[in-house]
Amino acid sequence: MQSLPLPAPLQSPVELPFLELRDVSKFYPTSKGNYTVLQGVNLSVQSGEFVSIIGHSGCGKTTLLNLVAGFTRPSQGFVSLENQRITAPGPDRMVVFQNYSLLPWLTAYENIHLGVKSVYRPQNATEKRRVRQIVEEHLELVGLTDAAHKKPKQLSGGMKQRVAIARALAMRPQILLLDEPFGALDPITREELQDELLGIWERTKVTVLMITHDVDEAIYLSDRIVMMTNGPSATIGEILTIPFAHPRNRARLTEDPQFFTLRNQCLSFLYERFALDIDHD
Amino acid sequence: MTTTIPLPRRYSWQKFLPIVLPPLIVLVLVLVVWQILCSGSNPRLPAPITIIRESWHLIVNPFFDKGGTNKGLGLQVIESLRRVAIGYTLASVVGVSIGILVGTNQLINRGVDPFFQVLRTVPPLAWLPIALAGFRQAETSAIFVIFITAIWPILINTSVGVQQVPQDYRNVSRILRLNRWEYFWTILLPASAPYIFTGMRIAAGLSWLAIVAAEMLTGGVGIGFFIWDAWNSSRITDIIVALVYVGMVGLLLDRLVFYASKLIVQSEE
Repeated sequence: MQSLPLPAPLQSPVELPFLELRDVSKFYPTSKGNYTVLQGVNLSVQSGEFVSIIGHSGCGKTTLLNLVAGFTRPSQGFVSLENQRITAPGPDRMVVFQNYSLLPWLTAYENIHLGVKSVYRPQNATEKRRVRQIVEEHLELVGLTDAAHKKPKQLSGGMKQRVAIARALAMRPQILLLDEPFGALDPITREELQDELLGIWERTKVTVLMITHDVDEAIYLSDRIVMMTNGPSATIGEILTIPFAHPRNRARLTEDPQFFTLRNQCLSFLYERFALDIDHD
Repeated sequence: MTTTIPLPRRYSWQKFLPIVLPPLIVLVLVLVVWQILCSGSNPRLPAPITIIRESWHLIVNPFFDKGGTNKGLGLQVIESLRRVAIGYTLASVVGVSIGILVGTNQLINRGVDPFFQVLRTVPPLAWLPIALAGFRQAETSAIFVIFITAIWPILINTSVGVQQVPQDYRNVSRILRLNRWEYFWTILLPASAPYIFTGMRIAAGLSWLAIVAAEMLTGGVGIGFFIWDAWNSSRITDIIVALVYVGMVGLLLDRLVFYASKLIVQSEE
């Protein structure tokens, strides 16, 4: 059996900013003038970095992710990946959605196959066999070989999200965009999937941009946490570097006093400095 | 005898009795009341026993063929179903095609939707004179009436279904950069299938309603003309037997489309 086709770590000697957001603003025209969602966002993400974005509802986290995914374009500034300006969605920036977004009429295998096929566009039998192989390898990667021919409705929430992650990874994206990927899962499944994602990331070193509400999740998984101020006109308030070495261990991490220092920093940012005004919400 | 297989027997009785018994009781009650109401000397409508006695040949022999329009009810129904099948199939193909076109193109949708909304309210039989004038043929006109009756629910449901394709699936297709053909087969058609089948189910019911009425006017072999012919020959008992057939076939058609849709449509729930 061949080894898993994991993206090779980038070997460029100079660490150019891989993903770059420069002076990005996004506003929507309304009858009362422009409604500004994001204002002056500057962010550089290195290749192989795991970056989380955290903030209250309505702070423009999803807008930020949509800009990177290419679903929307910035009103000012630009977003670029490897010096290429992002103008449209593409398979190099695969999104894992909170609601999985699997096609319910396709099996787990077929959902992943559709993604891989759209990237490789196999022309002959050899290439088609290669595509099938990639699908099988990624089903194995998330431990779903036995459920390959089940439809999404026969799968649990955790299994569906595994399929979605496998689909995203199988497409070998340059950057993986996770939109609150574990938000709809129960706490136990959520921890399982966090562990799996961390394991996969530690092996593949794929660049990840993840939106989350969960401070513990962000600290456990990320290299850096981007904390957003409240909207409208949200921007990056503070960036927290998480110094823990990889591979990480959840039990050991949560006993580390530094974990609590970081946790308190995050929580004080969210609930003291940028607490939500209840009357406004 | 009964002691050899007591358990499954009792089990199946217990399961089916509550389902079968209530409608059976209602049927018996209705027949008894009907029998009593229509039992005087020379009643306006025949009582159930009179119907069985006078139309016995129709009930026991659905497939006799004595030439012309003198055929058993089974053959009459098959002839009507043939017309429905042609008109309904045409309506499905044309309705789904135009529905997809209209659903995916906002401009075309704005242009034609008001006309569809008006046309769909025209009663099926009102189309018949126009069809007769155009085709100058009873058979083609009857099929056209089925077509024009069945097409609106299919067309309108399809176009709504196409517009209701969830944004998530469209986003997936945008990331995967699916071409039009792939988008159509892997996302658009499966996502709108539940709507299309709802339209097709409504259309099946309407088609059957329309064919009976249309055949009364166009004549020839068919359950509709059979009823009209029986009325003109004062064979009221035959009409009632025919109505039972019409009802049963209508129900069967509805179930048929329903189970076909269950077989094909994969919903998320």
